[in-house]
Amino acid sequence: MKRIGPFVLERKLHPSRATVFGISVLSVVVALLVAAPVFAGYGVSPWKAYEAIGRGIFGSWPSFSEVLRRAIPLILCGVGLTLAFRAQFWNIGAEGQLLAGAVAATGVALFLPVPDGLKLPLMFLFGFLAGAIWGLIPALLRVKLGVNDVISTLMLNYVMAYIVEWLVHGPWKGPTMRGFAYTDAFPLSARLSYLPATRVHWLTLVLGVVLAFIVAFVLARTKLGYEIRVVGQNPDAARYAGISFTAVLSLVMIISGGLAGLAGVGEVAGIHWRLRSPSHISMNYGYTAIIVAWLARGSPVAAIFTALLFGLIFAAGDYMKTVLGLPFQITGVFNGLILFFLIGFDLLMFWRVRFAQKEKVWTSQAGS
Amino acid sequence: MDIASWLVSTVSRALAFGVPLLWGTLGEIYAERAGVVNLGVEGMMILGAFTAFAVTQSTGQPGFGLLCAAAIGGIAALVHAFMTVTLRANQYVSGLALSMFGLGLAGLLGRGWEGKPLGNPLPTLTIPGLSKIPVLGAMLFQDQTILTYLGIFLAFLLWLLLFRTRWGVAIRSVGENPGTADALGINVTLVRYLCVVFGGVLAGVGGGYLSVAYRPSWTEGMTAGMGWIVIALTIFASWDPLQAIWGAFFFGALYHLSYRLQTYLSPELLKLMPYLFAIVVLAASGFGTARHRRRAPGALGVPYVRGER
Repeated sequence: MKRIGPFVLERKLHPSRATVFGISVLSVVVALLVAAPVFAGYGVSPWKAYEAIGRGIFGSWPSFSEVLRRAIPLILCGVGLTLAFRAQFWNIGAEGQLLAGAVAATGVALFLPVPDGLKLPLMFLFGFLAGAIWGLIPALLRVKLGVNDVISTLMLNYVMAYIVEWLVHGPWKGPTMRGFAYTDAFPLSARLSYLPATRVHWLTLVLGVVLAFIVAFVLARTKLGYEIRVVGQNPDAARYAGISFTAVLSLVMIISGGLAGLAGVGEVAGIHWRLRSPSHISMNYGYTAIIVAWLARGSPVAAIFTALLFGLIFAAGDYMKTVLGLPFQITGVFNGLILFFLIGFDLLMFWRVRFAQKEKVWTSQAGS
Repeated sequence: MDIASWLVSTVSRALAFGVPLLWGTLGEIYAERAGVVNLGVEGMMILGAFTAFAVTQSTGQPGFGLLCAAAIGGIAALVHAFMTVTLRANQYVSGLALSMFGLGLAGLLGRGWEGKPLGNPLPTLTIPGLSKIPVLGAMLFQDQTILTYLGIFLAFLLWLLLFRTRWGVAIRSVGENPGTADALGINVTLVRYLCVVFGGVLAGVGGGYLSVAYRPSWTEGMTAGMGWIVIALTIFASWDPLQAIWGAFFFGALYHLSYRLQTYLSPELLKLMPYLFAIVVLAASGFGTARHRRRAPGALGVPYVRGER
């Protein structure tokens, strides 16, 4: 306990769900308030902007569906990241793992001679595997050689982005795409279908939601989930209990990377129908998914909802660009701010402020 | 082109490209020596790059531009210090937030400045006397800006400060064991704030160098992941300012060669080289005894609360 004037700060070890939820909402709201001057800087009244965005996005089903479409890769990447963060593995590499999935899916779509009916299943399968391999590398590097996971996952993002650049400028450049750094368009059998009047490739959406529940089940109810939690919360205990870090972290990153790979499959098979410049495919989904997972506090099911929130922010960014003429970089500023306030307000969650009672005036010293 | 002149220009350019890496790494070494990881280097560098460019373009004073870049880098780092030292937030996440925010803000503000060449870049120097030495003179003492030499000088100075003075002992003990440092009367919070902000100042200058000296122009995302390489270099240099020198110039050479060799190999594959090498180098240092010598500061990444273990 710590006394400040007439108030007492008390440590809370287990904040209630309502507190966690309230503080998460608060951080998003404060970020929106702090970002308001940005609109003013572009000569748009922030309140009018927020109102216009709200009306524009929630006004009709086709425009609202954009929120869903943008949320799809965020759900898949975000769910994978909650798993990695639970094991205290810093997977900053969803961006590259997503691209790995996109590359594998493109390879299957354009170059693998299989019956039409098998195309999409194989694209998802190989997309998962490619993302998984790209995720497994940093896991093995950390366990076997002590390479920092933040650095290796980040560097692999750049490596994969340049591999994609190389493919679309070089060997995979589509002969029918004169001048453009695109591969050829996918055959119809390699394209995902949409919900009517939208660009929501529903199959990937369903996949993401189902996998979120499966990952939640694995975390909460299986031996693997238990081991993941122990490795993350108390590495020493995990070591004494004889839990294999190699096995646990490898599996975690195979799943985490694989899910991001699936997101990449969804983007090329659902939106672009071709491989193209990496920034157009990954769109910072992999980095945004870090905030998705952090806001979800490590819960895969909560990540569905936080992904929807960031789907909304992305859709709002598109709307601001096309309708209000504001640059898309605004979304980056928003995302950074939200993340800042999110972790800044974390402290509020574990402390409770109340009036001091008269009798215990001087209870000094913090402690727990 | 014959071998000698090829080598001369390669070394000279590698040196020039290594400068932002060196400044950034020296700053990150100090932050991490005090126990705070700052993953916001990429964000601080890009903010520095934009600030230096915009100020220099407006005032015609590259020196003033760099000074402003240093200030912006310091302010950005101050936010990180407040988050991690005072609010005890997760250092990794706060740093990532800083990078996202910095990249977004610099991109947003920089839209109107895109693609215009800088009228008045930082001048290059020709060192009298030394530049006349055959081969070496052209390699090391021509076409460099003051920041190349200042960076190397700073590395030596920071090494002395860290390992040969009481201040250095204070910084290292705060990073190694803040509880003990606190008991000895060292102000842990102050030391951490100072080191993190100092790191931001150097990262800001490093970013500014890119836009007013190395490639006098502004393009969005022009730091291209150099901030992340800096984090890798800090580990690679074993948190030692002197080792940062050759680490930075080694990666400067890699960056330069990825442009230089484009006549032989596809440019996209060459560009991934520095990033791949960062992993390879860290992995290689994980073999054998090297890992033991490369030990990170004991309290790196751990917020300090008095009376808590």
